[in-house]
Amino acid sequence: MIAFVQWLQGSPWSLAVRQISWLIPLMQTLHILANGLVLSAIIMIGLRAWGSRAEPLGERVRRLMPWLWAAMGMLTATGLVLILGTPRRTLLDKTFQVKMLIMALALVATVALAAMLRRRAPDSVSAGQVGGALAAATLLLWLSATFAGRGRWIANFIG
Amino acid sequence: MDSITAILKWVEHTPVAVFVQHSSFSFSALLSVHIVAVALVFGMITVVDLRLIGVAGRRCAVSALCREALPWTWSAFGVSVITGVLLFTAQPVKYWANDAFRLKFAVMALAGINMLVFQLITYRGVARWDRDTAVPWAGKLAGAISLVCWIAIVAYGRWTAYLMM
Repeated sequence: MIAFVQWLQGSPWSLAVRQISWLIPLMQTLHILANGLVLSAIIMIGLRAWGSRAEPLGERVRRLMPWLWAAMGMLTATGLVLILGTPRRTLLDKTFQVKMLIMALALVATVALAAMLRRRAPDSVSAGQVGGALAAATLLLWLSATFAGRGRWIANFIG
Repeated sequence: MDSITAILKWVEHTPVAVFVQHSSFSFSALLSVHIVAVALVFGMITVVDLRLIGVAGRRCAVSALCREALPWTWSAFGVSVITGVLLFTAQPVKYWANDAFRLKFAVMALAGINMLVFQLITYRGVARWDRDTAVPWAGKLAGAISLVCWIAIVAYGRWTAYLMM
């Protein structure tokens, strides 16, 4: 891993990202915006699962999932550029690895939630208790992944 | 020393400010919560903005969507204000001199005025265009202004941090 990080750090791509002064803050801005969209899409699906009746369950899931996937795509793309810019600070960081793990769990939860709600819809008005709980768990996992991304402060705190 | 600088200096020496200045853990923790809260405000407001513009959720009533999204938006906004004020106390003089920081607040003021105009004037007639009817141009404009403002607020927030280094 260290060899890979060193190679990445010295690659022209990484140098280019670091040399363009506005690229990293721009990517961080887009990353934060995409993060907001992921969280709000999960909350909107969650609200429907937690008892709001603003629109039919199936329709809510169907119309929000493309936004959710697009936002996740933007998160991944901007995240990759940020890793390219600071490979040492990310790939070799323990908290970053924790973040990746939580993110994998969040992804699984998201796919499971979408599949479950799709199956209940269109005849069902309620997402059921399991659906509501799964929506809450998915939101918590995404929030955790977001915080773990800024996890160096946790690492500093622990030791 | 003008009066604003005097006030900022005073803020800098309040016990809360001194605490945030000397605890790198609290500063980072506050910043993390601040960023997530602002991201949430942006995300939730975008849900309403896109509905107003006519891009998403056209079959969902505007009023129902507002009732769902706005409590989350305001809660997240509250958290971002509290954390933002605490972060500000750590280096008030430096933040005040930061151009990105000033622009961020100018845009926030614009977003606030836009929201007030929408809530007090346009939204009063919501019953006429709540669903199955196009949102009037004033509503679409309010949605577009809000969306642009919040993207700019996040961007200026990030650039504030870069100019502080």
